[in-house]
Amino acid sequence: MAQIHVENLSKTYRVGVRDPGLGGALRGLFHRRYREIAALSDVSFSLERGELLGFIGPNGAGKSTTIKILSGILRPTSGHCDVDGLVPWQQRIAHVARIGVVFGQRTQLWWDLPIGESFALLRDIYRVDPSKFATRKARLVDMLKISSLLDTPMRQLSLGQRMRCEIAAALLHAPSILFLDEPTIGLDAVSKLALRDFVKDLNRTDGVTVILTTHDMHDIEALAKRVIIIGNGKLLRDSSFESMRSEVLGERRLIVDFAGDSDDVAIAGASIRARDGRSVEYVFDPLRTAAHTLISRIAAAHDVVDIRVEDPKIEEVIARFYALHGAVES
Amino acid sequence: MTALPYLAILRARFVLMLQYRAAAFAGFATQCWWGGIKIMVMAAFYASAARQPIDLAQVITYTWLGQGLLGLLPWQADAEISEAVETGNVAYERLRPVDTHTLWLARAVAARAANTSLRVVPMFVAAAIVLPLIGLGAWRWRMPSSPQAGALFAISIALTVLLSSAFTVLLNIAVTALKTRRAANLAPVLVSPLSGMIVPLVLMPAWLQPFLFWQPFAGLVDIPYRIYFANLTGLAALAGIAAQTLWIVLFILAGRAWMARVMARVDMQGS
Repeated sequence: MAQIHVENLSKTYRVGVRDPGLGGALRGLFHRRYREIAALSDVSFSLERGELLGFIGPNGAGKSTTIKILSGILRPTSGHCDVDGLVPWQQRIAHVARIGVVFGQRTQLWWDLPIGESFALLRDIYRVDPSKFATRKARLVDMLKISSLLDTPMRQLSLGQRMRCEIAAALLHAPSILFLDEPTIGLDAVSKLALRDFVKDLNRTDGVTVILTTHDMHDIEALAKRVIIIGNGKLLRDSSFESMRSEVLGERRLIVDFAGDSDDVAIAGASIRARDGRSVEYVFDPLRTAAHTLISRIAAAHDVVDIRVEDPKIEEVIARFYALHGAVES
Repeated sequence: MTALPYLAILRARFVLMLQYRAAAFAGFATQCWWGGIKIMVMAAFYASAARQPIDLAQVITYTWLGQGLLGLLPWQADAEISEAVETGNVAYERLRPVDTHTLWLARAVAARAANTSLRVVPMFVAAAIVLPLIGLGAWRWRMPSSPQAGALFAISIALTVLLSSAFTVLLNIAVTALKTRRAANLAPVLVSPLSGMIVPLVLMPAWLQPFLFWQPFAGLVDIPYRIYFANLTGLAALAGIAAQTLWIVLFILAGRAWMARVMARVDMQGS
């Protein structure tokens, strides 16, 4: 049975509007007008225990709203969802005791408390058995390499150090689901890699269900087996990462640097997408024309300095996908 | 449901507040200065006025008590919660597997109690011990009028901490509802005059007394202090304690109902 059920979830925000200028401000004193903004409309999906789901979409698409509803912070305008049999916003206290949440741009640690003391406080707040807590903390501290940070107040940590501590804090009570909302935002390359490894490991060895939102497609590539694309509050696509990739990678690129003039270099089986001086970018479908066929055709007809075959970047593919569905930030 | 999470928060906040020694010292210096000025004003007033319901020695003790226990007044919302509301971190308050109202109440109790316990001791040393030693014994902070008065005061001042904290939570909810800490700006305008911190309520006109006694803020200053120097005794003291208890219960009930509404519609838009 699925761990998370989401059915026809919709969320509308009411935003106050007023006409510009003094007149508008005065009218607003007596008669407030509101505009409804649909942050989420009719989203349905379900998730099995132990899955690792990536949620992607442009800014304002509804990713965070979904996470906030699933974690019990927001109540939806309509629709239903349950997580492990609990309705998050109705049985909030029981629900939040079983989940861990990290918002990349927020903090749940206490600003002026040393990390170790924040952890002890979380132990008491979540009523974690002290001996289980000690084992779990030791393991997390070791895996996330934060033993040297335990005596330091949170305000003195770098972003990368802080994020590792945030993730440990979210897992101290052994939640069965971990929500990560843009966890790699602002992190350097090394911290990002370490974080991905940790999340992957947590999902694989502990069976923790992970729901991840991100703008970094490398996070998705490294972590998510399944991807949901959301735009303008609607679910646009829900498929395995592999099927998305193969669809996306149906097209490949051949970049050729010619030794001489590159004016007349058209060849059969590939079309020219871009030119930059003597360098020409072709696109082709590898199922119709093999790369080596193209290369030998070009090499036979022209004097060539260098040839490279490239996959399209996943960012570009996603951007094209968003544009296709009109899912650009409004 | 056990009290462990709330006690843990209370303890952590208390320890944290105790670290702000510099602020406490600055507060102490200001409060000595203000205490002195208020006592001089009161002495001038008593020298020219007709007989008053409490005598000058009692007004002086009232003033020192007020300076020592100033930290118990709910001037503003919890600074950390205000900050969390303005940055959006307040979402995390809803991710804790605890009752948010009780959590905020525990935080407020810790903040008020820590803040006050740091300041009341030096204030007491200065006003009750040092003043007589330097020949200003007439202006000293006197002991409770009797052991019974002292015991009743202990109960009443404990209720003051709860009353003040329950009101602080109302301010926190106002800040959350309006998404700005300025939502609590009205608090000092109500709290300072109506608690009796500016002028003892008992010195106000007689026809106002029933209203002043039963409004919620008398329980912050006027009621416990008058119990201290036995201006309120017996049934009157019990009525004062009943008034405090009544307002604690009403503030908590109102706070819980209001919080449920605010948290249901709070947006916390953006990420």
